[in-house]
Amino acid sequence: MTKIVTYKEGRLDKYYIPALLVGLKVTLKQFYKTLFLGQATTINYPEEKREYSQRFRGEHFISVDPTKTENCTACYLCQTVCPADCITIVAGERPEEENPFGVKKEKRPVSFDIDALRCCFCGFCEEACPKDAIKLSRNYEMATLDRETAIYDLDHLKREVKGRG
Amino acid sequence: MTLFDYIAVAAKILFIVGLAFSTVPIMVWFERRGAAWMQARVGPNRVGIFGLMQPVADVLKLLSKEMFIPAAASKFYYNLAPAISAIAPVAAMAAIPFGSYLIIGDHKVNLQIASLDIGILAVLAFAGLEVYPIMLAGWASNNKYSMLGALRGSSQMISYEIALGLALVSMLLVYGTLDLNAMVVYQDQSLLGFIPRWGVFLNPLAALIFMISIFAETNRLPFDLPEGESELVAGYHLEYGASKFALFFFAEYVAMLMASGLFITIFFGGYGLIPGMGWVLSFFQTSLSPDMFQNLTAIAQIAAFVFKVGCMMFFFVWVRWTMPRFRYDQLMHLGWKILFPIALVNLLAVALIIAWIGV
Repeated sequence: MTKIVTYKEGRLDKYYIPALLVGLKVTLKQFYKTLFLGQATTINYPEEKREYSQRFRGEHFISVDPTKTENCTACYLCQTVCPADCITIVAGERPEEENPFGVKKEKRPVSFDIDALRCCFCGFCEEACPKDAIKLSRNYEMATLDRETAIYDLDHLKREVKGRG
Repeated sequence: MTLFDYIAVAAKILFIVGLAFSTVPIMVWFERRGAAWMQARVGPNRVGIFGLMQPVADVLKLLSKEMFIPAAASKFYYNLAPAISAIAPVAAMAAIPFGSYLIIGDHKVNLQIASLDIGILAVLAFAGLEVYPIMLAGWASNNKYSMLGALRGSSQMISYEIALGLALVSMLLVYGTLDLNAMVVYQDQSLLGFIPRWGVFLNPLAALIFMISIFAETNRLPFDLPEGESELVAGYHLEYGASKFALFFFAEYVAMLMASGLFITIFFGGYGLIPGMGWVLSFFQTSLSPDMFQNLTAIAQIAAFVFKVGCMMFFFVWVRWTMPRFRYDQLMHLGWKILFPIALVNLLAVALIIAWIGV
């Protein structure tokens, strides 16, 4: 329930001066609090970082098994579901000698590109993936100096990621 | 004048100009960080220790930018305006005493650039010049926002100058002099034995009117209508960039410094020692020669002056980040229908009291 605060205007309020003094007191109090008690709400960004939610959707990665083989089987589900059309997969066959699990992972992505400039971070690819291969990490520092770097290839996506995964 | 006098005057000018030039970056820094602190932010803290080099970076940026003159501007007046705006407040500070006197050898050096008998009028004359750069800048820029800012600025400054003048006249009646140095000497005594005889205790109403008026005179919030960002973009200095804008910026802070100096000279005892300082100084009285003691006192007076001005400058910043801006008709209402009559009544009351009891 909303609390209704009523304030009866006294005679002093007509002269504005008391109200001005109250205002000055408020700012001085905050001045003292910030300067001497260190109660600033600012986060000094590069040194301090904001802790985002566990469910934050940031930069993509592809999970790998202990032998560093990607879990992706190039099923195209993520590419199909992607509303921003930013995933491009080329499927291929895994050579017999590279496949440690025999028949289990014989299909593989030859190339797996994500155009991060198109991506809208909806997380549909992650939901669609039957192998839990493509995931969104909590990294949000994705700025690049050119557009080419923002298109992630398979090597980039297979990197080690901290956080969820 | 002997060579010594020339050197003394040059040194005093150097001190005042140096004070102005060193106050401005400190105030720019404090304005930004103080604003942040009052709003629970951190403020610029990257350039140098505590961000103290931030104003240097700002100035370097402003000075290295292109000097741009709008095609439709009236070039002569456009260039003249920032120059006047920077010179007027510095010139006004010439008549404000910042200490009693030093004794060097057998010379007595008054710590005031121009020891004028009509010091207060000189200060007011130079302070009055500050209307012109605003009008010139607004008119010469040939921009409607600048024009509106200039109209607002000039009418506001002229309106508040009346209340300021009347408050001042009431104090002149109390002091019976136009010499700023004599006013400080008058205030240097004690009232009822325990509080200093400062103008603010003798006539608090005049002090209040004077203070409100100097806020309006220096175009500081809550009276910064000439540069009201929300409706006039930047007001009279909208068309200025690079070093010319830097001059306007510089002028704003020097005007604050000058106004603070004038205010404390008239109402807070000027360079007079802060209560307690005299007691500390009295310990040295026996161990030093009279001349050296006078020099020590003068240095303490300069420190007191700088401290008082500093407090006043803090107050300027404090008020700026507390009060909202006035609406223009409210500003005029306050100036003409409230401050002006109060100042008149105050003047009459002071005159009657002095006529009856005398001071």
